[in-house]
Amino acid sequence: MDPPDAVVAVDTLVKRFAAVTAVDAVSFTVAAGSTTALLGGNGAGKTTTLAILLGLLLPTSGAVRVFGEDMLRHRHRVLGRMNFSSPYVDLPRRLSVAENLSVYGHLYGLESVKDRVRAVARDLDIEPFLDRPTGELSAGQKTRVALAKALLNEPDLLLLDEPTASLDPDTGDWVRSYLETYRHRTGATILLASHNMGEVERLCDHVLMMRTGRIVDRGSPDDLIARYGRRTLEEVFLDIARDRRRGDTDRDTAAQ
Amino acid sequence: MSAHAGARGGALFSWRRIGAVILRHTYVLRSSWPRLLELAYWPTVQMILWGFITTFFLGHSSWVAQAAGVLISAVLLWDVLFRANLGVSLTFMEEMWARNLGQMFVSPLRPYEMVAALTLMSLIRTAISVSPAALLALPLYDVWVFSLGPPLVAFFANLLVFGWSIGLVVSALVLRFGLGAESLAWVAIFAVAPLSGIYYPIDTLPGWLQPVAWSLPSAHVFEGMRSVLFDDVFRLDLLAGAVALNAAYLALASGFFLYTFHVARRRGLLLQQGE
Repeated sequence: MDPPDAVVAVDTLVKRFAAVTAVDAVSFTVAAGSTTALLGGNGAGKTTTLAILLGLLLPTSGAVRVFGEDMLRHRHRVLGRMNFSSPYVDLPRRLSVAENLSVYGHLYGLESVKDRVRAVARDLDIEPFLDRPTGELSAGQKTRVALAKALLNEPDLLLLDEPTASLDPDTGDWVRSYLETYRHRTGATILLASHNMGEVERLCDHVLMMRTGRIVDRGSPDDLIARYGRRTLEEVFLDIARDRRRGDTDRDTAAQ
Repeated sequence: MSAHAGARGGALFSWRRIGAVILRHTYVLRSSWPRLLELAYWPTVQMILWGFITTFFLGHSSWVAQAAGVLISAVLLWDVLFRANLGVSLTFMEEMWARNLGQMFVSPLRPYEMVAALTLMSLIRTAISVSPAALLALPLYDVWVFSLGPPLVAFFANLLVFGWSIGLVVSALVLRFGLGAESLAWVAIFAVAPLSGIYYPIDTLPGWLQPVAWSLPSAHVFEGMRSVLFDDVFRLDLLAGAVALNAAYLALASGFFLYTFHVARRRGLLLQQGE
């Protein structure tokens, strides 16, 4: 039975690609209105988990419910309430920003596409390059356009894969501030995969730590930092990524 | 709850979503005049080439002299089939080249709506491709292909649908095996060319090959075309054969595409396209 306020409920999720187990018996829930981070090194299974949640990838076994709907059978009932952004999944490069947003506005069945594109463009400060081909934009501009596309339908559940990857600190900070504002304004639920520990400490109420396809720890950033006896989430991340238990590093240091 | 009440997408079938995919590809065509030119270029070159061949044959072949437009009509109708196939497969591969399939299928777009959009986009591209050649045939060779009348609509529709079937199978194979298989879009169609009786009657083929030819809708169409041009008879039996075969092939090709899409979701191929 899912918790009553769970927007996402994942139960014993497994994904195998031939001999490789990318996601190994993962279970978690994401509470409504929260921001949750999937953390882990490269190949930990974060992007695979997000792809399954979005319905792009079928799991080998396990169950995924979003807004109470079984994503394996009825994902189209809820896809209109979700959206997704990733620097690794492109928008067509030859289309202008306005054309791309217009196409996706129609795909999401928005009532007034032009008005919504204008509003999102104003919010994300992309109006000056609405008529430019998407492929000609800088990385920071592309990230904002991808976010604009992800916010077109004002999703109740926003999935983000490394939302500030390859951005300069100023643009990264701007994106984080925007996400905070969006969540407070709409009450949306956010699930993000990230390698940026500062970002996770700032944005997230809850953290799921993944390693080799498994969730190896979970809790709030403060809770994890306290439990591992560290000063930052980055130190906790390194402990988990290197499979060190609490105190191992202290002993290593003392031995040297 | 989202403030945008329209943003749900639970409907089983949405013309709006299909229109969105067509809009996306219309933007691509509109933004590049070389692409538009390329669409019309080859059918026009083919028509001009075969027009001269026809002019030559008229003085040397009593068969061609009986119906002066037979070769040009055959060339134009063959291009309908060829372009209909490309209209589906190139439109689909455009999404793969743009690495856009992942974005599209996290929206409420359904795979069968994508199939519908691909076929409608193929209709648009085919019309753009063959119309200039069909119109130019009149001033250049005094051949007005539209003089075929209502049968032309039947021929066009059947070749279009057969092209869709081949294009859907090619698209499915490209989705499954990646863009390394993209040349199939250009070469697969030529496997049916010798058996379609484009430029010669089916009874020219060896006896054992003729049943194979008759299993193709295109053979019924080109025989039907010759019947109209040589004998001024529109054979309904050939039309019925083409329609029945097309219905079966389109259902099988759509099913194959949707099955391959399911396999792609299982293997994670929607996120791993590109070169």
